[in-house]
Amino acid sequence: MGEKIVEWALFVSALSSIFIVFFILAFLLKEGFPALTLGWREFFFGMTWHPSHDQFGIFPIVVSTFVVGIGALVLAAAVGIPAAIYLAEFSPDWLRNLVKPSVEMLVGFPSVVLGLFGLTVLVVFVRDAFGGWGECVLAGWVILAIMTLPHVVSISEDSIRAVPNGYKEASLALGATQLQTVRKVILPNARSGILASLVLGMGNAVGETMAVLMVVGNPNIPWIPHSALEPVRVLTSTIVIEISYAVWGSMHQHALFALGVVLFAVVAVLNAVTTAVIRRGKGGWGRD
Amino acid sequence: MSVCVRVREEVVKLGLCAAALVSVAVLLVLVGYIFFNGAGAINPAFLLESPYRFEHGGIFPQVVGTFFLVAVCLLFAVPLGLATAIYLAEYAADNLVTRSVRFFVECLAGIPSVVIGLFGLVFLVYFLGFGVSLLSGGLALGFMILPWTVRASEEAIKTVPYSYREASLALGVSKWQTIRGVVLRNAAPGIITGVLLGMGKAVGETAVVLLTAGSGLESFLPRSLSDPVGSLPVYIFMLATQGHTSAASSRAFGASLVLIAMFLLSSLFALLLRNRFVRRKRRKIW
Repeated sequence: MGEKIVEWALFVSALSSIFIVFFILAFLLKEGFPALTLGWREFFFGMTWHPSHDQFGIFPIVVSTFVVGIGALVLAAAVGIPAAIYLAEFSPDWLRNLVKPSVEMLVGFPSVVLGLFGLTVLVVFVRDAFGGWGECVLAGWVILAIMTLPHVVSISEDSIRAVPNGYKEASLALGATQLQTVRKVILPNARSGILASLVLGMGNAVGETMAVLMVVGNPNIPWIPHSALEPVRVLTSTIVIEISYAVWGSMHQHALFALGVVLFAVVAVLNAVTTAVIRRGKGGWGRD
Repeated sequence: MSVCVRVREEVVKLGLCAAALVSVAVLLVLVGYIFFNGAGAINPAFLLESPYRFEHGGIFPQVVGTFFLVAVCLLFAVPLGLATAIYLAEYAADNLVTRSVRFFVECLAGIPSVVIGLFGLVFLVYFLGFGVSLLSGGLALGFMILPWTVRASEEAIKTVPYSYREASLALGVSKWQTIRGVVLRNAAPGIITGVLLGMGKAVGETAVVLLTAGSGLESFLPRSLSDPVGSLPVYIFMLATQGHTSAASSRAFGASLVLIAMFLLSSLFALLLRNRFVRRKRRKIW
């Protein structure tokens, strides 16, 4: 009898996550939907976001978000994948035991502190070295790359280590050098894990808020940047900055929630792709 | 292998090594920079007084407020997450309901924090009428770390060998008593590790707290769950973006130093606990 009650209580608790996600979706859609009454074409493809004129075109914000996210990812991949290869294949154990936990610690590093660092060091450096405002796309790339790096290193390293030793031995036995083995045998077999780490990193980059907000400048009117030295506005920074003064119940507030829905959708798609990539990678072997 | 090829191999390896070192250097530079700029601001008055505008007073309410927020968050997320994990690991049959629970836990983990903040604002602050308060902020943080407590607890529970359960059941102990007395006891270090990591995440979270808990500059402690509460991350954010004086900036670094100390301590503690747990388990087997 008591046992049954416990089981039911646990079951009900387990359902809580489902309820929370449903509530999040329901409330976001309910608050965001009125923004579409202005016309979905104007909303998704409108080029001007001008709340005081009731103009809510999110296109420049979405494009800027991807510009910042993709640039950051390229940077993170350029450092993270070689780092993962080194840690998995060539590093002495003591170095790996030092580097991997430190990098993984960066995953939860308070983003506002990173933003402060960006604002006082990176932005000043960019302004002195390249001119312009300093608060710009480039600063966003670097800061976001720092935040994405741990995901890329950690997951890529795991997937590189997961390549069976037999593959490597076979390649070396054929006379291939270590680097040839890495390029032709290890990387193709670890491909899905590496790809997954990149897509996951992208999801994190797009959803990251405070650090980006503090370094990208956020001009009053969002635009599509023409160079890496221009300030931009991304989805997350627009939401956080404007929600503080949007009148509750106004079209402005609804538009900001609609931005939240768009952000949610983008990140959900990226996460779904990650899951699919990982699953596909597990199924097939012997490709390439 | 020709000398030329060998040299090229070594050069590329050196490049790979450099990439790995850059990844660590980032963390070291970051922590070092915050330490050198923040250490000067730390003194007893800074830690024990209330802030006044951007340049005066201390950060006492912010530090305590952060602890309060994390406490509310953990009080919500840990029991719920643990219960979910126990259900998934010990009771659940592999059916549609269980698979959807897992799917939605993953979903929740993937939701960007600013979206959780928006949800907290419309649902907790307005719809349920909790207002901008300690309760709203703590619960919203709880939504955020719930999936992490579920994952960590489930993994910890799964590492408990099946023979332990069989031994307990063979003694005539009921299933729930087995879980409570044997499984949870052995999984505890793993669960605590997960909770500490979730705590580190909650301590540093800004967007959620900014939208639901308060403006960060509060010079008082909350007297009840429905009072707004200041927190370190929001305070740092305000100082960094709106306090344009060097005094404000050095205080922002001081507060950052305190924040990352809290973050690093909980991470370090989690790491040590995990290592000790692993070692103890190994010794037990032999």
